[in-house]
Amino acid sequence: MFSLRTVCKTYPNGTQALDNITADIAPGEFVALLGPSGCGKSTLLRLLAGLEPPSSGEIIWENNQRPAAGDIGFVFQDATLMPWLTAADNVYLPLRLRGIPKAEAAAKIQTMLTQMGLADFARAKPKALSGGMRMRVSIARALVSEPMLLLMDEPFAALDEFTRHRLQDDLHALWRRTGKTIIFVTHSIYEAAYLASRIIIMSPRPGRIAGDIRTAIPEGEDRRTSPAYVNLVAEVTHMLREVMPHE
Amino acid sequence: MNKWLERLAPAAFGIIALSVWQAAVTLGGVPSYVVPGPIDIWQAYLDGYAILNPALLSTLTVTFAALAVATAVGVALAVAMAASRLFRAAVQPWAVMLQVTPIVAIAPLIILWVPQPFIALVVCASIIAFFPILSNTAAGLAATPQDLQDLFRLNGASRWQVLFLLSLPSALPNFLTGLRISGTLALVGAVVAEFVAGSGGFASGLAYRIIEASYRLEIPRMFAALVMLGITGILIYAALGLLERFLLNSRDS
Repeated sequence: MFSLRTVCKTYPNGTQALDNITADIAPGEFVALLGPSGCGKSTLLRLLAGLEPPSSGEIIWENNQRPAAGDIGFVFQDATLMPWLTAADNVYLPLRLRGIPKAEAAAKIQTMLTQMGLADFARAKPKALSGGMRMRVSIARALVSEPMLLLMDEPFAALDEFTRHRLQDDLHALWRRTGKTIIFVTHSIYEAAYLASRIIIMSPRPGRIAGDIRTAIPEGEDRRTSPAYVNLVAEVTHMLREVMPHE
Repeated sequence: MNKWLERLAPAAFGIIALSVWQAAVTLGGVPSYVVPGPIDIWQAYLDGYAILNPALLSTLTVTFAALAVATAVGVALAVAMAASRLFRAAVQPWAVMLQVTPIVAIAPLIILWVPQPFIALVVCASIIAFFPILSNTAAGLAATPQDLQDLFRLNGASRWQVLFLLSLPSALPNFLTGLRISGTLALVGAVVAEFVAGSGGFASGLAYRIIEASYRLEIPRMFAALVMLGITGILIYAALGLLERFLLNSRDS
């Protein structure tokens, strides 16, 4: 889908956020960017989204197709919904910005909400929704424009454990069903191991790639307790211990 | 019980204060042309309401016209300042300067320059009233959530779409706070302008009636007009507060 070629990012204040990031991401991969805070994983996501340019190096898109408006879905750490709009109108936003009439988008919006388990909450305002439901609306909004790439910046970090597990289940199922390419930033080893088909481990200050693991955990009910999952968590934990700076 | 007491407290305090005032004036034998008691003031209102009520209406017309002008100018400047840093740098010091210059000092000039008295009064009141709307709205626009701005950018939004679909709605609470402060300031501005204009101005507002009454030593009527101004100020503040609560509640839930 795209390749990162010796991408570096240094901020004007001198902070070196990313140093020499090189990686190839194939279509349909679910990549977890895993690392402690300060490893530049959120910065990398912003570069991919085109919200900031790299200081050096380049991002090469497959077939030279730079993503256009709506080709990238972005989910932030907070749900970042507009409190004055209903759930349906929040989901409508990306289509509205493209000038698609609401009547034409209505069926699509309802499908997205249903897919995220929010069929009955289309007319609810964010204030009336729980944290988990708001995040579901946020994900539905990111998917409504049918992006080729879904970028997620620690979207479940602020949720409680039970809500997080359910959202992880649903996101993983959604990825299996649709085959979307997803880049998912997290600092949770368990989350990365459970969700992703590939874990890229990053080390901090400056952000570098410290490990790249392709996961192979059998799908199914007991994914979270399977030996393969437990082994993966152990492997990633050891790798992270090596790259973590001693404080 | 506590809440009930809290609700009644302002009225109870008012009644006690009025009683003490009336008692002091009556027992001390103070003549009503020095300090009138509440009963004299009420009587003065009953005697003069045919003049005082239209006068209040006249002042209110200036107040609300000024509030409308202040809203338009304040919001327009805030939007322009949010859109262009250069414009902001160029205009902000002058807006502050206009704000700190006492209106009494500029009012004579405005009344001199603007031949139509009604417009002159509205201009004076607007100068006082626009600043809270400007600064609050500008603060609200500047606080537009960065993540949402990024989201709009990712979806190829135009500047106008960002302004109308995101920045202005998210600045609405700040704007309403500014509007509430400006509402009472517009009244103050209208009264000050009338004072300065005197008989050369509109010659029909409450402030003009206050001047007139003071020349004729009709002190109770002066007080009656003052009380009307005070109550009007409270009502404007409360009404704009209700508007703020109503708009935000019905919008966000």
